[in-house]
Amino acid sequence: MSEFARFSGTTTYLTSPSLEAAVNCALALERPLLVRGEPGTGKTLLAEAVAASLDHPLIRWNVKSTTRAQDGLYVYDTVQRLYDSRFQDKNVGDIRQYIKLGPMGEAFASKERAVLLIDEIDKADVEFPNDLLNELDRMRFRIDELQEEVVATKRPVVIITSNAEKELPDAFLRRCVFHFIDFPTPELMADIVRVHHPDLDERLADQAIEAFFELRAMKRLRKRPSTSELVDWIAVLRAAGVGEVKLEASLPFLGTLLKKEQDLVAFADQLAGGKRWRS
Amino acid sequence: MFLPFLYELRARGVPVGTTEAVQLAKALSAGLHEQSLDGFYHVARALLIHREGHLDDFDQAFLKVFKGVDVASKKIQDELLEWLKNAAPIADSLSEEERALLENLDPAELEKLFEERLREQKERHDGGNKWIGTAGTSPFGHSGKAARQGIRVGGPGGGRSAIKTADARLYQGYRQDLTLDVRQMQLALRKLRTYARAGGDVELDLEGTIASTAKNAGELEVVVRPPRRPNTRVILMMDVGGSMDPFALLCSRLFSAAKKSTHFKELRTYYFHNCVYGRVYETERFTDPVRIEDLLHECGPHYKLIVVGDALMAPYELMSPGGAITYEGEERMEGISWLMRLRNHFRKAAWLNPEPPRYWEGNTIETIRSVFDMFPLTLDGLGESMAHLLRTR
Repeated sequence: MSEFARFSGTTTYLTSPSLEAAVNCALALERPLLVRGEPGTGKTLLAEAVAASLDHPLIRWNVKSTTRAQDGLYVYDTVQRLYDSRFQDKNVGDIRQYIKLGPMGEAFASKERAVLLIDEIDKADVEFPNDLLNELDRMRFRIDELQEEVVATKRPVVIITSNAEKELPDAFLRRCVFHFIDFPTPELMADIVRVHHPDLDERLADQAIEAFFELRAMKRLRKRPSTSELVDWIAVLRAAGVGEVKLEASLPFLGTLLKKEQDLVAFADQLAGGKRWRS
Repeated sequence: MFLPFLYELRARGVPVGTTEAVQLAKALSAGLHEQSLDGFYHVARALLIHREGHLDDFDQAFLKVFKGVDVASKKIQDELLEWLKNAAPIADSLSEEERALLENLDPAELEKLFEERLREQKERHDGGNKWIGTAGTSPFGHSGKAARQGIRVGGPGGGRSAIKTADARLYQGYRQDLTLDVRQMQLALRKLRTYARAGGDVELDLEGTIASTAKNAGELEVVVRPPRRPNTRVILMMDVGGSMDPFALLCSRLFSAAKKSTHFKELRTYYFHNCVYGRVYETERFTDPVRIEDLLHECGPHYKLIVVGDALMAPYELMSPGGAITYEGEERMEGISWLMRLRNHFRKAAWLNPEPPRYWEGNTIETIRSVFDMFPLTLDGLGESMAHLLRTR
């Protein structure tokens, strides 16, 4: 087996041994890496970190509910061609100028190895991942209009994220290296906060993290705050010059942590009840 | 070799096959596991497991196969001993007893003691019963505590051993055969959506436009079509009260998931108590009754019927006419007959039962299962039932 570049996090992205093992497996075996986990646990950031640490360009493909697999490969702009044909100011016989490569096509065609991020694959239609199987396996596809084949000379590093909203097809899952990002432990969380806010007051950091985990422990919350929300919250606290957060008092800028009206009501309820709201 | 481990996984219903075995062998020969059991744990997990629902099975299988191995594993043991040596200078943070231990013994003796302790523990473990389910029976657990304190202080911070990680069973919460929350239910229900084009022509049909423009010798001809609209009609019937009380929370979640789902053309929800006799009700307090006759008249066989109930009752409530004493006249029909009537009317129907399948034998559940296709009210079961409702015969 040939030597491959190993990934071990960057200065701004902290990893765990299991995440590193998963990324390195994907790199060594040249398989797509499927990352799942709660929203806000840094799935998308992982791709950026991998691209940065291996020094490869990052190509993003943000999947939406209307995205089709074909869009990722190439788009044949028939309407533009039709339109041009009426004015005859361009050579419509040259189909090439109406073929636009999608993010996946771009990653395949790239001269150097690229990192392809397929973000939130579960947003698309249920059949979407199945339509990509062949292309991901063989790293090549055919442009029918040109009778040409695009073949990846350097197999791109494919990182796929999913919010675990939708079940992905088995055939697709079997081709991927899988990693589930755990919610960070308080210790790791403290490290993460330190990476994002290096000059933060130690005491405020501890208080904020403690308040954050208390908040997460509340059973009545519909949407529990996650890492990215804590980082944002601390940024807001610092910008506003808040020097202290108390658990029992109402928390400042709660809106950055709790995003649902019911959650804010639930939080107020617990506070007003005067009892400890940890239960 | 790791093959017994793969079979252990298969026995737990984790779909691992040749592909995974080959992948794992490749990864190991590339040295990805760095010759350690911890490394193996992470590599194997990344390659063998494809969904978080199986992580807990993986941990359990790992424990079963590798539980004894870790103590014998030279590398890990060496690491521990190394840490132990490092621990001595930072004795401040140790308890009195531990400090005494560290001060009184020279490193060689300490090592010997530690090894002895490890051995002792292994014996005790192997002699004891199985470990599944009892959290925190780590190989370096209780009686090795003094040594472990030292390790934790001197070690390079928070490196959990694979066995310890597996033993903690962190992923228990992601098992899919457990019951579920609203969001998950919504997603499961979403499988039921089917679409049909209906209504006015308001959407541009691009392919159609291109085709007809081409036919029209290049003169633009715009084609429009009606937008896609959801085309599934669902009737949801829920058993409330009595034996269903323990499942009230679960049922209310399913109910709100169904109500929130926007992909049904029509959703009717009704309540009943114990069994359906003649009428169902539009509210949980059994007001606004709807006669089954009328319901069947209004709703054609293309509606999909989902019944939620534990299907547990006294046999006479199901089998004898007038089992429900509150009704008179034409409604004096056995509960089972009413159920059969419902089942026969609709082309597709499913019964979701919150009782675990192990209680489905030898009671009224068994009888009702002969009429309705029954699924457990779990994420897996819900998914299966949705697939069942969509299947065309």
